[in-house]
Amino acid sequence: MRNETLTPSRGLVYLAVWLVAAAYLVPLAVVVLNSLRTAEEIAQTSMIGWPQQWAFSNYVTAWGKFCVSQTCAGIQPYMVNSALVTVPATLLSTLLGAIAGYAISLWRFPGDRWIFGIVTLGLFLPQQMRLLPWTIVLRDLGLTNTIAGLVMIHTIQGMSFTTLFCRNYYISIPQDLMKAARIDGAGFFRTFWRIVLPLSPPILIVTVIWQFTHIWNEFLYGVTFTTGQQQPVTAALIALSASIADIPQHGVQSAAVIIAALPTLLVYLFGGRYFVRGLTAGSVK
Amino acid sequence: MSVSAAAAAGERRIWVDALKRLPERVVIWVPLLLAAGQIVSFALWTIWVSFTPSTLIPVSGWVGFRNYTQVMATRNWQTAFDNLLLFGGSFVLLSVSAGLLLAILMDQRIRGENVLRSIFLYPLALSFVVTGTVWSWLLNPGLGIQKFVNVLGWTNFKFDWLLDRDKAIWCIVVAAIWQSAGFAMALFLAGLRSVDGDLIRAAQIDGAGPFRTYRRIILPTLWPITVTVVVIQLQFAITTFDLVRALTDGGPGIATQLPALVVYDFMFQRGMLGRGAAAAVLMLLILLAVLLPYAAWQFAQRRRAAHAQ
Repeated sequence: MRNETLTPSRGLVYLAVWLVAAAYLVPLAVVVLNSLRTAEEIAQTSMIGWPQQWAFSNYVTAWGKFCVSQTCAGIQPYMVNSALVTVPATLLSTLLGAIAGYAISLWRFPGDRWIFGIVTLGLFLPQQMRLLPWTIVLRDLGLTNTIAGLVMIHTIQGMSFTTLFCRNYYISIPQDLMKAARIDGAGFFRTFWRIVLPLSPPILIVTVIWQFTHIWNEFLYGVTFTTGQQQPVTAALIALSASIADIPQHGVQSAAVIIAALPTLLVYLFGGRYFVRGLTAGSVK
Repeated sequence: MSVSAAAAAGERRIWVDALKRLPERVVIWVPLLLAAGQIVSFALWTIWVSFTPSTLIPVSGWVGFRNYTQVMATRNWQTAFDNLLLFGGSFVLLSVSAGLLLAILMDQRIRGENVLRSIFLYPLALSFVVTGTVWSWLLNPGLGIQKFVNVLGWTNFKFDWLLDRDKAIWCIVVAAIWQSAGFAMALFLAGLRSVDGDLIRAAQIDGAGPFRTYRRIILPTLWPITVTVVVIQLQFAITTFDLVRALTDGGPGIATQLPALVVYDFMFQRGMLGRGAAAAVLMLLILLAVLLPYAAWQFAQRRRAAHAQ
């Protein structure tokens, strides 16, 4: 990078952006530091402070010993639940979205525009409009309070996003490529496998990251359709803060928050470029 | 070969062809029909329930708009609606202006842009439950910022918005801005970067200073992005649930109630499905009041672009 002269106005620009950056980092820093402080220390001072003695045991307690609504197994079972919901739902919704996006934009079939229009309407339909119907569907399928039920919901609903993402990406693949494949006698699946899929990694990464983040962070369905030991970690965090309102354990709670946020933070850290692409793609509906 | 044999062979070929294409038809239509069918039928079904006398379980019957009038007569809904106007208005205004300002600052060819961008966007990777929990600690006078300043020596310092009925809603505004101003920044920055360089150079040759260039040349091109950002942020504001649930749980009292919480309360805490559905439909109508003009505007934009070509 070329050398720059630091004029007063440029100095102000730097000061301003770094002040905002500090405001963005402070909450994270506070929670990370808190997760390493003992409950007594926090009670004596405040939640903002440097650890006097490093209480790494907070993480051990938060992971495997803490009591959430009468069960004392820490946050670990809920992390497992979240993973069991998020990973299959992410992969399934991405796969179905890729096939649907391909069928709509490249293969073409009668009614493709209509069905695409309806599916993308799902981006705007609030979850509150679907709470009751899902409750009934889950009950009728015998999936109330199960991981499988949440996987189903997130897969079907996630298709609105994944189909849109993939369709918007595939639409820029030249139709000539499709014609060539058809002349070669390649059918629906062969064309997808041989031509479309090899071109897809960029959009598939964006879609997987987007779905993973959304499903992991989802709360409303988790808290509505599951109880107790079946809940995903977001719902468990709320139950946790409710169940220890009497005896504050903010160090352990901070550790639990960090653990719960870690998967999506790591995905963001390593896939940041694709994360941002998903954000902009998702917003240009 | 006789005519009938040929016809039979042709018929068989059609069947074989249809059978061959069956897997692809299944793969195309089953997921799409599930996704689309779910959207249409769920929306219609919830609308139907909102007109029935359903309480603990959905029942048929017709009560007209009774659920709607009853929901709108509750203090819960009225507070939620007022809060939504206040929260939606101030949050969108502040986060969009903060995002625009940040984007302009980031556009000054500064060092460490990538690091800064990552910092402004990381809250978007977090769950609103996490954001809400963390901010509930920071804003809690007995735990967070107030206590911190008190311990430092300023024992009279007070910062207890979280417990103040009139100010608690601003806590939600603060946390929501923290979570999403980076998003606005990212979209604005992309818009700033796509402004035609020749246009800017021409303005500079004409002797326009940086402020004039921004005001006259660059910012006007950002209008379409601004509208999009505002609509997305409004959509978020209207459906906000997790953040409030984690930060204030609607309290103190019902001071920070929002429509999504009212829906949940009716449906799953009071067992009044009809009213809950009516509240959900009201939410949808508020959302449509934002989205339909936006769709019309986009449609007009596209037509104009098509005509210009």
